[in-house]
Amino acid sequence: MAIRSVLAPKVEIPRSLYLGLGAASVAVILALWCLLTYGGITPPDFLAAPHLVVEAGIHRLSTGSLIDDTEASLTVILAGFFFASILSVPLGILMGSFKVVEALIEPITGFMRYIPVSALIPLLILWIGIGVEEKIMVIFLGTFFQQLILISDVSARVSKDLIDCSYTLGASRRQVIWRVLLPACMPGVMDNLRVTMGWAWTYLVVAELVAANSGLGYMILNAMRGLFTDVILLGVFTIGILGLITDMIFKFARRWLLPWSAEF
Amino acid sequence: MPHLDLQDVTVRFAPKRKPEVLALDRVSLAVEDNMFSVIVGPSGCGKSTLLRLVAGLQEPTSGRMLLDGAPIVGPSAERGMVFQSYTLFPWLTVRDNVMFGPKLKGQSAAEAGRIADELIAQVGLRGFEKSYPKELSGGMRQRVALARALANDPRILLMDEPFGALDSQTRQLMQELLLSIWQKHRKTVLFITHDIDEAIFLGDVVHVMTARPGRIKKSIPIDILRPRGIDTLTSEAFMSLKRQVLGLMHEEAVIADRG
Repeated sequence: MAIRSVLAPKVEIPRSLYLGLGAASVAVILALWCLLTYGGITPPDFLAAPHLVVEAGIHRLSTGSLIDDTEASLTVILAGFFFASILSVPLGILMGSFKVVEALIEPITGFMRYIPVSALIPLLILWIGIGVEEKIMVIFLGTFFQQLILISDVSARVSKDLIDCSYTLGASRRQVIWRVLLPACMPGVMDNLRVTMGWAWTYLVVAELVAANSGLGYMILNAMRGLFTDVILLGVFTIGILGLITDMIFKFARRWLLPWSAEF
Repeated sequence: MPHLDLQDVTVRFAPKRKPEVLALDRVSLAVEDNMFSVIVGPSGCGKSTLLRLVAGLQEPTSGRMLLDGAPIVGPSAERGMVFQSYTLFPWLTVRDNVMFGPKLKGQSAAEAGRIADELIAQVGLRGFEKSYPKELSGGMRQRVALARALANDPRILLMDEPFGALDSQTRQLMQELLLSIWQKHRKTVLFITHDIDEAIFLGDVVHVMTARPGRIKKSIPIDILRPRGIDTLTSEAFMSLKRQVLGLMHEEAVIADRG
């Protein structure tokens, strides 16, 4: 039995094979899509053909409505994610390293992380209305508690020896926090922000479920009413591509900002 | 007056829902100025705890600890420590790691840089000043850790099995390097290990500890001439000392095993 086979666990494969397999899986999905639509197996109001999705994209780009919807969604996502991160990063780092903070916050986060954001939407509408603030709040609540737990874990895992060693080099408690604990958390923080950014995108449609009049989620929901599957797919692809772009930005930002850390 | 003076130091741990553990039992130890003292003992005997007490990272349950007559309270740059695990700051270059202590003390960047460059040269890492720790081998990382601890010019250097994670060839080279640097600085060193060869090769005196609860079983002066090298390891004097320490350690290992 050859243990260097490409089918053995944890064995590196040639880059060409890796890229080839990736291209093949995309090609299979595309081929299946073409077969179902051009082959007349499914009607257009069940699944739109590829060229119809492209046409819908060109049309909505020329009228500017796709840009407007993207802009509305990006505003919601980025604002919600920004406010969640700016609070969860410092709080999470404190929570992971200070038992006092952990004792204070743990019961609330432990409870909140199991509440689906959609269950809170009725309350959010009652409290802050149906404006853009409510949508931002959905993204905020969806990401904040998850980030808090992930980042507190990063902070808890910072080596005790690294902290002790800093003390023996003459660092004060304050200096240990700012010059050692904080930088030591940065790679983990970046990785988890990247992961939760992906989750934030998945909350978008939930956020735009109620009383929206623009945004990619709204565009998808609106298209459903007229069975415009081409527009639905256009919305799905746009979200997917924007998600990929934000992911790439995080990946390169990490490499640029933290060149000293091992790769994720 | 000895440089470092431990008197009847006792440490008890009280883990949750478990019986109390007596880790160190009335340990008394005097470390003379400019001496290389080694503590050797079976694993779990509390030798690392003893070093952490001297570093100020832990407090004894009872007993007195004096450095130059002043009680030890909390960690300080005057008691520098090299750990077994890799503790370089990964976000700092080799040079910045070594400059960490001097800069905290408020020394100018130029002065800290001068100290760092000199020590980096002494540990044989010239040319690696701008490297990050992730680019270094285990032995190189421990050499930087040594330079970083020395950069503070501590009154005593504490070393907690610093070469424990290295392969045996690298470990031998590191021991020789440490001795050559020590001969230059003549720092007071308190070195912990469970490796008998390492203890005798490095030390002016070897303190053998008992199994838990840890006590100093016997202090053995090592009267082998310096500079010591690879030939020391096979010399008559070395062998007879090794036989003696091995005998003491074996008794303790048997006790610990019955434990």
